[in-house]
Amino acid sequence: MSAPILAIEDFSVVYRSPGGDVRAVQGVNLELYASEVVGLVGESGSGKSTLAYGACRLLRAPALITGGSVRYQGRRAAAPMDIVRMQADELRRLRWREIAIVFQSAMNALNPVLNVRDQLLDVIHAHLRMSRQDAKDKAASLLDLVGIPRARLRSYPHELSGGMRQRVMIAMALATDPEVVIMDEPTTALDVVVRRDILTQIVELKDRLGFSILFITHDLSLLLELADRIAVMYAGRLLEAGTAAEISREPAHPYTRGLLHSFPSLRGARRDLAGIPGSPPDPQNQPPGCAFLPRCGYGTERCTSIDMSLAPVASSADPSHVTACPFVLPGTPPPAQPKGHPAAASAGADQ
Amino acid sequence: MSFIVRRVIFYLVAAWVALTINFFIPRAMPGNAVQAIMAKFPNLTPSAYRALEAMLGVGHPGSIWHQYWAYLVNVSHLNFGTDVSQYPASVSSLLAQTIPWTITLVGTATVIAFAIGTALGIMAGWRRGGWLDGVLPGLMFFQAMPYFFLALILLELLAVRAHIFPIGQGYTGGLVPGWHWDFINSAVYHSLLPALTIVIASIAGWMLQMRNVMLTTIGEDYVLAAQAKGLPDHRVVWTYATRNALLPQLQGFGLALGFVVSGAIVMEIVFSYPGIGLLLLNAVTSNDYPLMQAIFLVITFAVLLANLIVDMIIVVADPRARAREGAR
Amino acid sequence: MTVALPVSAEPATVPETPQQLGLWRRLPTKAKVGAVMMGVFILAAIIGPLLTTYDPSFQNPAPGLSLHPPDAAHLLGTTQSGQDVLSQLLVGIRLTLELALSVGVIATVLSVVVGVAAAYLGGIWDEVLSLATNVFLVIPALPLLIILLGYLPQKGQLATIVVLSGLGWPWGARLIRAQTLAIRGRDFVAASRETGEPTWRILAVEIVPNEVSLIAASFVNTVLYAIGASVALAFIGLADLTSWSLGSMLYWAQSQQALQLGAWWWFVPPGLAVALIGTALVLLNTGIDELGNPRLRKAGGAGAGAWRGLRPTDPTPVLQAAPPRRGRLASFLHSFSRSSLLDDHNGRGGTR
Repeated sequence: MSAPILAIEDFSVVYRSPGGDVRAVQGVNLELYASEVVGLVGESGSGKSTLAYGACRLLRAPALITGGSVRYQGRRAAAPMDIVRMQADELRRLRWREIAIVFQSAMNALNPVLNVRDQLLDVIHAHLRMSRQDAKDKAASLLDLVGIPRARLRSYPHELSGGMRQRVMIAMALATDPEVVIMDEPTTALDVVVRRDILTQIVELKDRLGFSILFITHDLSLLLELADRIAVMYAGRLLEAGTAAEISREPAHPYTRGLLHSFPSLRGARRDLAGIPGSPPDPQNQPPGCAFLPRCGYGTERCTSIDMSLAPVASSADPSHVTACPFVLPGTPPPAQPKGHPAAASAGADQ
Repeated sequence: MSFIVRRVIFYLVAAWVALTINFFIPRAMPGNAVQAIMAKFPNLTPSAYRALEAMLGVGHPGSIWHQYWAYLVNVSHLNFGTDVSQYPASVSSLLAQTIPWTITLVGTATVIAFAIGTALGIMAGWRRGGWLDGVLPGLMFFQAMPYFFLALILLELLAVRAHIFPIGQGYTGGLVPGWHWDFINSAVYHSLLPALTIVIASIAGWMLQMRNVMLTTIGEDYVLAAQAKGLPDHRVVWTYATRNALLPQLQGFGLALGFVVSGAIVMEIVFSYPGIGLLLLNAVTSNDYPLMQAIFLVITFAVLLANLIVDMIIVVADPRARAREGAR
Repeated sequence: MTVALPVSAEPATVPETPQQLGLWRRLPTKAKVGAVMMGVFILAAIIGPLLTTYDPSFQNPAPGLSLHPPDAAHLLGTTQSGQDVLSQLLVGIRLTLELALSVGVIATVLSVVVGVAAAYLGGIWDEVLSLATNVFLVIPALPLLIILLGYLPQKGQLATIVVLSGLGWPWGARLIRAQTLAIRGRDFVAASRETGEPTWRILAVEIVPNEVSLIAASFVNTVLYAIGASVALAFIGLADLTSWSLGSMLYWAQSQQALQLGAWWWFVPPGLAVALIGTALVLLNTGIDELGNPRLRKAGGAGAGAWRGLRPTDPTPVLQAAPPRRGRLASFLHSFSRSSLLDDHNGRGGTR
């Protein structure tokens, strides 16, 4: 297996505040290989966006990277470089050219006072050396790529529909032929029909141009179809990671199981939907041991002393399948009581 | 309907409201205004008294609509009647003498203060915790004091004691006004301290406002996106952050203009500057109603016009406002 | 850039959540200073006039007492006609604050009523009220006040309060309308309406309490406007000039040529009082603004300590475990560079 394009190792981010440090990301390991789609799934506040933006050093004060490395080695790069140690000008060259981001809300991510062409030209001129005419041609061809009529080059963001705006964002992200495209919930704000279109287009572009995608979402069902590999994040840590096929077939971690059972499947037998009761822990006040314990149907006393590191799932067909829960394995029967274990109450977390 | 057309209509409505208030106030107030005038100025001709009565609606001078119409016609011809305190001069002629002074001084100083304040606000918003943030409370102090008081202080310190600036007046006495170098030189020299007062007094407001707008704008997604795109810093600051932040800042300028102009006009009194301010003081102390009314209308219309100009600038700068132009 | 801060080995001990911190502690320093200053002036307004030894109107014809500079007998000197400036000042503070606070209360109530009504009733009411608000916003206040007061035969305190309140509501009304519109669209209001809660109750219980900081800021702004306007009006003679408000003190000082005669003690104290009260209000206002809009706040000490001088486009700072060893000269020179060591004395990020 070739080296990963993006290797995030033991990455931690805190937010400093007068009330104390908020540990937003804790010791996360994640790898992204060429031409694959890695899905990063988690609830709001799980730290997935912090992880992605932090890896690009895009977080603003009071965020602070407290440890780890983010090694990037794209096909154009001569040697691997650690983004965490880079200086500002190197970062500026790296950004977008190598790692681009498609933001969640295109309406907010596009400059309201510039038209589409000017924003595309901005990106082109910042990273590529071309004549003005060539750049204009390239801008037009980018719109072709995502299926938007060229007349829209002169439009302003508020004149475009939601789906069109998102496509412009995608076109902009691909303008400099990046190796990695981070997509932060790109379809959450769109209606279902448009969502389908955009996702199809994304996959098609990925196959054609060969970039990798880090797809961030809270919707696991989407990833089961879209992603090659999936990483599940909760309270700043990874709970499970592995191929999409294996995770959907036999999820290991209780949280993943809960997520999978939260939405109906079009195929298979009908079953009762079960959500995951409770809410994520207060990031400033995390209890020891497993952060998911208060909401876990399998939780016991032992769970307060595990160290949340990821270990391979022995019975899995996928050798890269790892989980943070040493007790619950594929094949473990569903829990007797669906709600949180009494051990949770003594751990001091709130329901 | 086009954005600009709607704004023009709005300002016309506001102007009409001002005119109508101006018309009805003397008729609504208790007391007989004309008699008060007669008491102070017993040597006006009878026709002048009658004209005043007609203007102020005293003593059954005809139906109210008749008066209203006559009033509107007069105003549209810039006929504000005959002045009382400086009889027999017409109000229009008095205004014509003083308005150029005020417009030049207040207009220039306000624009300069806005430009500098906005520039400082951009810097303060972009670089948090710099020395500009420290200077801000001090500037707030100057903003909180009335313009005319700051004028008194500066006059005392810089003119009376330090002799850097002249002590008031518009130009050195004895010079004949006209377009020649001596006069212009003297006029500019005499306007420096008043202009400085206006700038110091108002700059904190613009700076604080721009700083806050910048901070809000910098928190927007598109600025972060610009950063993520690896765009050079100057592009992010100017085209992505500042250009968007300027729009609400300009709107704030329009709204604050009324206060700035009012403050500056009162400040002129301290300097005995030959602008509207002194005229206003005389009008008030001598109950010169025609003059007071005319000054109110002139100031109001000037502010409305300035607001319209600001709106036009916004239309040029903001494509979202422009979008309402043209057929859709 | 790298930032060297001591690594906190333990997660912070259970901190108070921001909501639990009392209102006073949550206020930024600016606002606290402003509040304290206002407190001093309000105190002076209440007890000041009781402490004066002179009747402010008493014109003392004794020779040598006209325009007498400050001394033991008259702490702030005397006016042209021998009146004690300090006594006038204390009475002036009381009168001016009375007037300004009254206008503040009345105009804020008006602006809340108009703003909420326009936003909540919608339709033609919204159009009419918004138009009225915008018209009175754009027409400059001072000239209008001048002709309103100019025609009144008596220009006393009450008349001034009424007139100032009548023109002081548009600013707040516009802001409150905008805020109410935003809240009205929120789900919890729709839910209340669905369950049949009467309109007045929704307004009183759900909407207005969410606008408290906006109303507070609007109140402070209105008081500021009232002070400025009343002082300016008095300065040009449109007030009860026999009473000793700060503005009328300035009027008499100006008309008696205090500046030209070198009697600075006559015009400086009242003007300074106005300026200080104004500054206190502006500080309070800025503080309330920051409380309501987190982006304006010095978040987590940003703007102080380790984050001083950081620009928004600087990359996310990275923690350095231990500072590299440097000689003294190297340390001194290094302290000027962007990645210099920054001491953090209490083991946390720059706090205030």
